[in-house]
Amino acid sequence: MSIFEYNGSALVAMVGKNCFAIASDRRLGVQLQTIATDFQRISKIHDKLFIGLSGLATDAQTLYQRLVFRHKLYQLREERDMKPETFASLVSAILYEKRFGPYFCQPVIAGLGDEDKPFICTMDSIGAKELAKDFVVAGTASESLYGACESMFKPDMEPEELFETISQALLSSVDRDCLSGWGGHVYVVTPIEVKERILKGRMD
Amino acid sequence: MECVFGLVGNGFAIVVADSSAVHSILVHKSNEDKIMLLDSHKLIAASGEPGDRVQFTEYIQKNVALYQFRNGIPLTTAAAANFTRGELATALRKNPYTVNILLAGYDKEAGPELYYIDYIATLHKLEKGAFGYGSYFSLSMMDRHYHSGMSLEEAIGLVDKCIMEIRSRLVVAPPNFVIKIVDKDGAREYAWRESVKDTPVPSA
Repeated sequence: MSIFEYNGSALVAMVGKNCFAIASDRRLGVQLQTIATDFQRISKIHDKLFIGLSGLATDAQTLYQRLVFRHKLYQLREERDMKPETFASLVSAILYEKRFGPYFCQPVIAGLGDEDKPFICTMDSIGAKELAKDFVVAGTASESLYGACESMFKPDMEPEELFETISQALLSSVDRDCLSGWGGHVYVVTPIEVKERILKGRMD
Repeated sequence: MECVFGLVGNGFAIVVADSSAVHSILVHKSNEDKIMLLDSHKLIAASGEPGDRVQFTEYIQKNVALYQFRNGIPLTTAAAANFTRGELATALRKNPYTVNILLAGYDKEAGPELYYIDYIATLHKLEKGAFGYGSYFSLSMMDRHYHSGMSLEEAIGLVDKCIMEIRSRLVVAPPNFVIKIVDKDGAREYAWRESVKDTPVPSA
């Protein structure tokens, strides 16, 4: 089993009309055994920037701590929050630093940039950025997620419709992957509010 | 074949560990205490390579004591768990410790808590957790019978059910277990469950 599949994960982010949604599964496993069904994979960097880290949980936790540290320093120096594009470059640089001994994580970054324009991107474990205008996926269920998102996605969805779409895409994909699932965690972010919702799917 | 498991009840947390010290096919002793008192209100139940287990848990214990000496107040359970994870994570890519840890503690503010810390430094707060081959049996028993806010009698009943299950279904089941509890009155040994007693050494 690959090291990326040790804990199991599923992450997806989608762009809507002046909003974005980022969703993850909730399973924490150790290979075939499920340890917890309430694991948080998506973390807030600031009100308009979220990062989800798929892959090895220990590296996700270490990487998250490093990123929060770097962002807090940035806030102290610049007296403002980091733009999503800048943050993505920061994550890419930190991952490439460990080129020959990498963090076994694939981040999914979603945020609202200048003029509240939604920004999403993903990268591989050594920091190769992949910007997209519609959706990005990561994790053990990524192949199923690509298919589900491609068929369900429409441009310029309102927040409520975006929430429905991303939830259906996530739940149907994790049902085909034994290493991810046990519900879902969805954040829908608009310029004025952040809505966090827990999904109940097949609990197996 | 080391079995460690724990659960959180109403105002207390219990951890149970087997007490066999094994080297290949030989059982050196069957009353080895694998649950260390981290401070007055914390317990650390560890399983894994014996040298690493003792060395690492003593290191954590002494550093937790040092913090109390320097700062005049004890660490919270969450802080101690994060410190432990940090040490494991730092050592992971240099000189990894093969120790799995269940950290149980009681704070006035947070109440009883149980933290699962993998040997690769995955940290997660849980209500019930287990390590080792015994986890296949104890986790399933706890999934069936556990509920939030169990009383001490109910919790010990569940612990005994898990021990019975391990004894009857695990091929090289450890004969003896130690149960320790932590609540507002502190961390202490609760009971031993012995089915094989070591013969006492006659004094010279």
